[in-house]
Amino acid sequence: MVEKRIEITGLTKKYGDYVAVDKLTLSIEKGEIFGLLGPNGAGKSTTILMLLGLTEVDAGSVKVCGIDATRYPLEVKRKVGYLPEDVGFYNEYTGLQNLMYIAQLNNILPDKAKEAALKILKDVGLLAVKDKKVESYSRGMRQRLGLADVLIKNPDVIILDEPTLGLDPEGVQNFLKLIVTLSRKKGITVLFSSHHLHQIQQVCDRVGIFVKGKLLAEGKISSLAQQLFGKNTCTIEAAVAPISQKEECAIKPLKELKEKVKQIQGVTDVLLQENQFTIEATRDIAPELSQFFVNAGYGLHYLSKKEYGLDDIYHQYFQEQKSI
Amino acid sequence: MNTKLHSIALLKQAKIKQPNWMGFAQLFNFFRKPKSIDHVSYPLNPFKAMVQKEISDHIRNWRFIILFVLIVLACMGTLFSTLTDSIKTLGADSADNTFFFLNLFTKSDGTLPSFFVFVGFLGPLFGISLGFDAISSEQSRGTLSRVMAQPIPRDFILNAKFLAGIIVISVMLFALSFLVMGAGLAVLGIPPSAEEFMRIVVYTVLSIVYVSFWLNLSILFSVRFKQSATSALLGIAVWLFFTIFYPLIVNLILKGFEPSQYAAPRAIFLYKKLKFNLVQIMPNELFDEITSAVLVPSVRSLGPLTMEQLQGAVPSTLSLGQSLILVWPQITGLLALTLLCFLFSYVVFMKREIRSRG
Repeated sequence: MVEKRIEITGLTKKYGDYVAVDKLTLSIEKGEIFGLLGPNGAGKSTTILMLLGLTEVDAGSVKVCGIDATRYPLEVKRKVGYLPEDVGFYNEYTGLQNLMYIAQLNNILPDKAKEAALKILKDVGLLAVKDKKVESYSRGMRQRLGLADVLIKNPDVIILDEPTLGLDPEGVQNFLKLIVTLSRKKGITVLFSSHHLHQIQQVCDRVGIFVKGKLLAEGKISSLAQQLFGKNTCTIEAAVAPISQKEECAIKPLKELKEKVKQIQGVTDVLLQENQFTIEATRDIAPELSQFFVNAGYGLHYLSKKEYGLDDIYHQYFQEQKSI
Repeated sequence: MNTKLHSIALLKQAKIKQPNWMGFAQLFNFFRKPKSIDHVSYPLNPFKAMVQKEISDHIRNWRFIILFVLIVLACMGTLFSTLTDSIKTLGADSADNTFFFLNLFTKSDGTLPSFFVFVGFLGPLFGISLGFDAISSEQSRGTLSRVMAQPIPRDFILNAKFLAGIIVISVMLFALSFLVMGAGLAVLGIPPSAEEFMRIVVYTVLSIVYVSFWLNLSILFSVRFKQSATSALLGIAVWLFFTIFYPLIVNLILKGFEPSQYAAPRAIFLYKKLKFNLVQIMPNELFDEITSAVLVPSVRSLGPLTMEQLQGAVPSTLSLGQSLILVWPQITGLLALTLLCFLFSYVVFMKREIRSRG
């Protein structure tokens, strides 16, 4: 049995009549990178605040590393590194001083803190600018300093609230890479909230989709697709053109071909536009399909298997939301 | 210093059988660490770091430097004008007044107000300027949630802000008082008596309490309001209210009750009593009374007295203890107001949700 690092059961938070988080149940295992995906105002940040005891819980329980976060927030904060959304630093201090201050708040003794701080600054690539004031840092540098902040306490769990907000694409790539390598190296559990699908898709082992305070779906990205799109897990697009090499077998018109494709086992739907097929099937039929086209006297321009990404998953959910 | 602290902390952790006097410390620890996990902790080290940071922030702050220079200049100005004409000013009505040194703090030659007036006037401004953005600026800079995500109790941040403010104020006020004393010593050539010295120290301590009241009030506003400007303005508004508007209101009220010149003594006494009591809720009035009782030993009463009460009184100065007893209600009142502000900041802050910004 894998150790659970975060266990949330029946968590509810209300602001007046508005329910920000509604009976959320979730568990995250050790060493996992979990992506909390949802639009703005879905209750992601509120959930994170409750994980750290920074706001009151109305109902339900939160356990981080087996410690009840509402009753013993201090113990939880010892083990959890939290990078708030849009984190601020003391601008008139240098990066190193900012980091040292956090280290001291974590009861690391000054001489040890300095050693640890320098090592971590090197890990996040800020060693060269450690003695510059934070006000001169760029957005990406601040974010990396934030990560250094989180790492200096040697956490078991890292919680990152929209860490990539406001970074340029290159910065996002670097930051995500940094998170993944660090978490893999040290076996740290990461909870990563974002409304960016692609970033989550890149780094996360598991994803929870969070809309209006509810966890709509949760699991690996591939299994999410399965949950969502039912049996039609495979969509194939193919463009064909007739090749008149085999004189003996007359080329069948495309419409006839479509009917034939439909008869292949597992195919549920076929769409034909000019010479392009879009075929939905319950299983992967790409090899059979290509053979079929060739036998029918056609050549393939291309044959591509379309995988469902988070994008599709996201949109699908939003469509469902609207239809409700 | 550090290693000493550790060894003490280690002693606490390692020894299971402790002498009795450690029981209290243990209790303290119990509150701080509800769940003991085998993790050696020195709960006061982070607090020390926070206080250090706050103090250095204050001292580097332009706001502080400007006000400090202002107060120093004002006090030096008074001191200078008093000392140049020292004999005339200080010895003016000193037929039976032997407290020469105290006059340095209370008397002036009329060109500038005296030292204690300056402290009473600028002290509140100083307190407000040290505290008005204590919490709100951390919030708007986004550092509050960063600090609160660390394993420190939530009240550490309030306590650290408050303690740092008090330390800065104490250092400044003690420095000023001793500076005045030193200058007096150099110019007059007579040392202060023990009684005078004690009175000056007591006065300085009480003025620290007074300034810390304003500090606490402005911290309370900074906890309550998200904009630093709002809390600064509100702090100054309260200060203005008490120094200017409240006396006006009291006068308006008293006008209605004013007895005629020929009214019964009892009516006049009640009127005076009312007048005295109405101003007792003003922190600046409390402080004024404390100052006058502590710095002027010949002050024997604050409220109205009847002739009966005065009968048989020997017109002499009071000892320090007696002067303190005289203003004990005022001292407690001032302390109570300070604690009340602190309490409210706690109540507002402890249950609050801490978002990253705004």
